[in-house]
Amino acid sequence: MIKSELVQHIAEQNPHLYQRDVENIVNAILDEVTEALMRGDRVELRGFGAFSVKNRPARVGRNPRTGQKVEVDEKYVPFFKTGKEMRIRLNDGVDHGDD
Amino acid sequence: MGNRTITRADLCEAVYQKVGLSRTESSELVERVLSEISDCLVTGESVKLSSFGSFVVRSKGERIGRNPKTGEEVPISPRRVMVFKPSNVLKQRINDALTGQAGK
Repeated sequence: MIKSELVQHIAEQNPHLYQRDVENIVNAILDEVTEALMRGDRVELRGFGAFSVKNRPARVGRNPRTGQKVEVDEKYVPFFKTGKEMRIRLNDGVDHGDD
Repeated sequence: MGNRTITRADLCEAVYQKVGLSRTESSELVERVLSEISDCLVTGESVKLSSFGSFVVRSKGERIGRNPKTGEEVPISPRRVMVFKPSNVLKQRINDALTGQAGK
């Protein structure tokens, strides 16, 4: 499913809304998550999962082909952890626990 | 780095501010969007949200794990997991915002 299909499904379930309103709703949600992560904040959506940002410190890497050393800058990467309810739903109601 | 935790209430507020629906309806729609995504993933289908990222379901076979405390070997049962692959746009925006902040 892609974004336009998501918008279409929700618009079909809510005939009183224009497709454009639904598009704005989906974008407002995604923008809010993006902006939170850009501030380094965490986004916790119970049952679904949690988005956070992890810091990867600068390190000296190696070009695996030449073996040459390369400086790798510090970076910040988005991270997602699946929520408990979602994890259970993906496994037909069985809770296998974390990981 | 920020230290706030954003929740559904904040997403509802954003929808309320930006779209002009009532608070009740905004919160219902945030819920609808999340459950539409979840339901799709539960069927095994991926969800791709352009410029944000994609959620993919992966099936993992049985493997042998180890209890890190006792060193005891234990079988890890086969399972389905959900993975979020952030888009390059999202990764770039987050990294630029936070490394820029750190440099100032």
